Amino acid sequence: MQLITCPWCGPREEVEFHYGGQAHLAYPDDPAALSDEEWAHFVFFRDNPKGPFAERWSHAAGCRRWFNAVRDTRTYEFLDVYPMGQSAPEVAS
Amino acid sequence: MSRIKGYGRIDRTRTVAFTFDGVAYTGHPGDTLASALLAQGVHAVGTSVKFGRPRGIGAAWVEDPTGLVQIEEPFPEPMLLAATVELTDGLVARGLAGQGRLAEVADTARYDRKHTHCDTLVVGAGPAGLLAARSAARRGERVVLVDDRADAGGSLTGTEVIDGRPSREFVAEVVAELAAAPEVLHLQRTTAFGQYDDGFVLALERRTDHLGTAAPRNLSRQRVHRIRARHVVVATGAHERPVVFADNDRPGIMLASAARDYLHRYGVLAGREVVVFTTNDSAYAAALDLEHAGARVTVLDARPSAPEHWAALCRERSIAVRPGSAVVGTTGDRRITGVDTVTAGKAESLPCDLLLTSGGWNPAAHLFSHVRGALRYDPALGAFRPAEPVPGVSVIGAANGTFDLAGCLRDGAGDDAPATLAEPETAPLVLWRTEGDPARQFVDIQRDATVADIERAVGAGLRSVEHIKRYTTIGTAHDQGKTSGVIASGIVAELLGKPVEDTGTTTFRPPYTPVAFAALAGRERGKLFDPERITSLHSWHVAAGAVFEDVGQWKRARYYPAPHENMDAAVLRECAAVRGGVGILDGSTLGKIDVQGPDAAELLDRLYTNMMSTLKVGRVRYGVMCGNDGMVFDDGTVLRLAEDRFLVVTTTGGAARVLDWMEEWLQTEWPDLRAHLTSVTEQWSVFPVVGPRSRDVIAAAFPHLDVSNEAFPFMSWQDTEVDGVPVRIARISFSGELAFEVNVNSWYARAMWLRLLSAGARWNITPYGTETMHVLRAEKGYPIVGQDTDGTVSPHDLGLGWAVSKKKRDFVGKRSFSRPENTNPERKQLVSLLPADARTRLPEGSQVVEFRPDGTLPPPPVPMLGHVTSSYHSAELGRPFALALVKGGQSRIGDTVHVPVDGALVPAEIGGIVLVDPEGARRDG
Repeated sequence: MQLITCPWCGPREEVEFHYGGQAHLAYPDDPAALSDEEWAHFVFFRDNPKGPFAERWSHAAGCRRWFNAVRDTRTYEFLDVYPMGQSAPEVAS
Repeated sequence: MSRIKGYGRIDRTRTVAFTFDGVAYTGHPGDTLASALLAQGVHAVGTSVKFGRPRGIGAAWVEDPTGLVQIEEPFPEPMLLAATVELTDGLVARGLAGQGRLAEVADTARYDRKHTHCDTLVVGAGPAGLLAARSAARRGERVVLVDDRADAGGSLTGTEVIDGRPSREFVAEVVAELAAAPEVLHLQRTTAFGQYDDGFVLALERRTDHLGTAAPRNLSRQRVHRIRARHVVVATGAHERPVVFADNDRPGIMLASAARDYLHRYGVLAGREVVVFTTNDSAYAAALDLEHAGARVTVLDARPSAPEHWAALCRERSIAVRPGSAVVGTTGDRRITGVDTVTAGKAESLPCDLLLTSGGWNPAAHLFSHVRGALRYDPALGAFRPAEPVPGVSVIGAANGTFDLAGCLRDGAGDDAPATLAEPETAPLVLWRTEGDPARQFVDIQRDATVADIERAVGAGLRSVEHIKRYTTIGTAHDQGKTSGVIASGIVAELLGKPVEDTGTTTFRPPYTPVAFAALAGRERGKLFDPERITSLHSWHVAAGAVFEDVGQWKRARYYPAPHENMDAAVLRECAAVRGGVGILDGSTLGKIDVQGPDAAELLDRLYTNMMSTLKVGRVRYGVMCGNDGMVFDDGTVLRLAEDRFLVVTTTGGAARVLDWMEEWLQTEWPDLRAHLTSVTEQWSVFPVVGPRSRDVIAAAFPHLDVSNEAFPFMSWQDTEVDGVPVRIARISFSGELAFEVNVNSWYARAMWLRLLSAGARWNITPYGTETMHVLRAEKGYPIVGQDTDGTVSPHDLGLGWAVSKKKRDFVGKRSFSRPENTNPERKQLVSLLPADARTRLPEGSQVVEFRPDGTLPPPPVPMLGHVTSSYHSAELGRPFALALVKGGQSRIGDTVHVPVDGALVPAEIGGIVLVDPEGARRDG
């Protein structure tokens, strides 16, 4: 039952948020140009690191806005939160 | 009677009657069941789970590893500790023969929860915790203090002197100061049972159990406090542990601190002929107190020499002290009668009716462990205590291994600590067990687990205490190893020939004590379990005798039975009425999303498989949404209201999911698109008027509307008004019949519905429910996402290839359609199944297998061709029919397959998905 800091609303209970998977996976500019294998990697393959991981989150029961967060997958600690569209920050793990 | 005058904090002016094992007893308010039984000389309260041995009361609070009872009245509740059940008038309880019995009547008690934020949460109102709370309050902080006993003070007996006064007076003074502080919440009878990230603590408050039948009806029985604290102070004290010896499970054996607690808290002298077996100084206080209350006491100290300070006090009171002693066995049955001892190598038997044991103290650092605080073995203490600090958490007092009173006061108040006499402390001896038969040396009394079990586990090759715990079940009972856990670690270390610090101990996890599911559920039981969504017309449906079904959180009218009609008869009647005349449905639950903005059309083009930007204002288009994997995600109609405004209609169950999906794409991938999404599901009530007579009904209800096919074509919408109220009507059909969807602001739902019923009365307009709606759409092969699909079905599989644009450069899912697997003709495809006997209704979910002329199944594994997704009786067809997903189904139309039903193989013919009016002649009336 963590507190997660929404970039707009501030710290809120974990239950107000919805997890959205890995961040910074941009939709391809021209999917038709991709091979089947490349397309399958985009649709199905995701990183699974131990340590800091950039993820999409939505403040679903609050402002309903999506944001990105870097979370330590070992401790669940949120190392940083930042608005959609920004590059992933450098974080010490 | 073992009640001692001048002792106890119970209310002796009142008597409470209770029954245990069918025998009537009395006690006093403030007693627990255990203290009241002990006051009558009753020690045995049950029998053990495996061996059927007598079990007694082993402690005075939650660390008791035995002493479980079944409460029968006021409400049946199993597996409660007699030591924690507060006595109430009329209590009926019985001993447990291993397992309890759940109630067969409903629990009408109420439970709730409360959220609290504070600067500092202090858990434990013993001397350290009280002072920590006082210090925080004096700093002006918002403080929450929770403590699990009926009153504050922890283990202070009143014999101590703090600040020159008896300790109980000191406690009362601190409590009064806290009560006067405006930002202090002080909760007794409240157990903090779990700590989680970021200062979150769950605490269970027992609000009425001690009040019995006098409990006010407006008070919840238990409340879960959800406390968010900037800082948590763990002042939870420590649990005494015993030493393990043969036959250490007899009634009449308890922790030394327990006997002291029973005396000072309840005024009960638990025995008259007392033997105290100890490895440390703390048990001497119990020996002296019991002697002072009238018992004859002998102290067996396991250490080679007795501590001089305590030995001198014992000599003054004629208490025999025998250093270098060990208990190696006991005698007795339903109560102990004697102990077998070894002193300096010499065996001796001592008679006794109470044996107290003290093998040391385990810091109760459970809450610290819950948030990944590490515990480390301290050889000087002979116990595990908190190691590195955890941010936001302090552990003070005995929970941190500070066992002396002066140290606890200093931990709580720092330089502001009140004065108390320091007692000389002699090092404890670490002794896990004495000599004896391992099969009779109980480690976890509740689990009937012995040293022999640990030996067997180690002999089987187990080395980790976590594994040994699960192999032996030690530490898994109601007490979660509060006394047995560290002992088990110690014995494992001995058997492995390793230091205890290397074997470690198991991690403490929530809950610290058992918590009823009812308390966790709180108000979310029965009707409050999940929000119920109802349409504006709900009361009309109820009055009309509708039977409801749950669709997500919605209560939807499923059918309207006539007197003596069952569902099948009602649905057949409703279907016939719609296709033969006119019906009306409450379709208000369909999801509706208002999409506005200059880029609204572009957004929809990217999400739907078909083109939406070419939709003209005033027109409607059916569309499908897919995931990136090309699988159907949702479907529905889209109305173009203006150049920059669309109304997206989704499935009822998919409404929230579709809105989230659209919002996610908009915000994450396409933030440059200028479009906004608003759910208007509840703002609009929707009443499809369906059937060959529907145009007549609409014409009668809306005289100013031209409802001719030329003026009001299929898949178009028009606005009109009635008595100044705007109404939007859309020609959309989910049944293949001529149909008009009437949309009105939900405030006018009832008036509009009654108007439509009145207009259609001459044609016997018939309300119909979701079941009929399902049959009508299935007869036309219209799929329901989530029923006929499961996330692995593409639009082409459903026969919706016509809705997939080939012109658009891209949309979500398009690239997947060109994958070889997506065009595999052997994919499962939606078809109809017609049972050959024209009578059997195939159960939904039935598997489809190849037809075999001899009517048998091939040997397993039987190849599965697909499954039935929808199945109904059809009034129109005069027979049952089904929809199914079948491998290569579209190319197998006309084939016969088998469907196993109740052990028989039912032949069924594969047909096209449109069974009624395949030429579509009925749509325009």
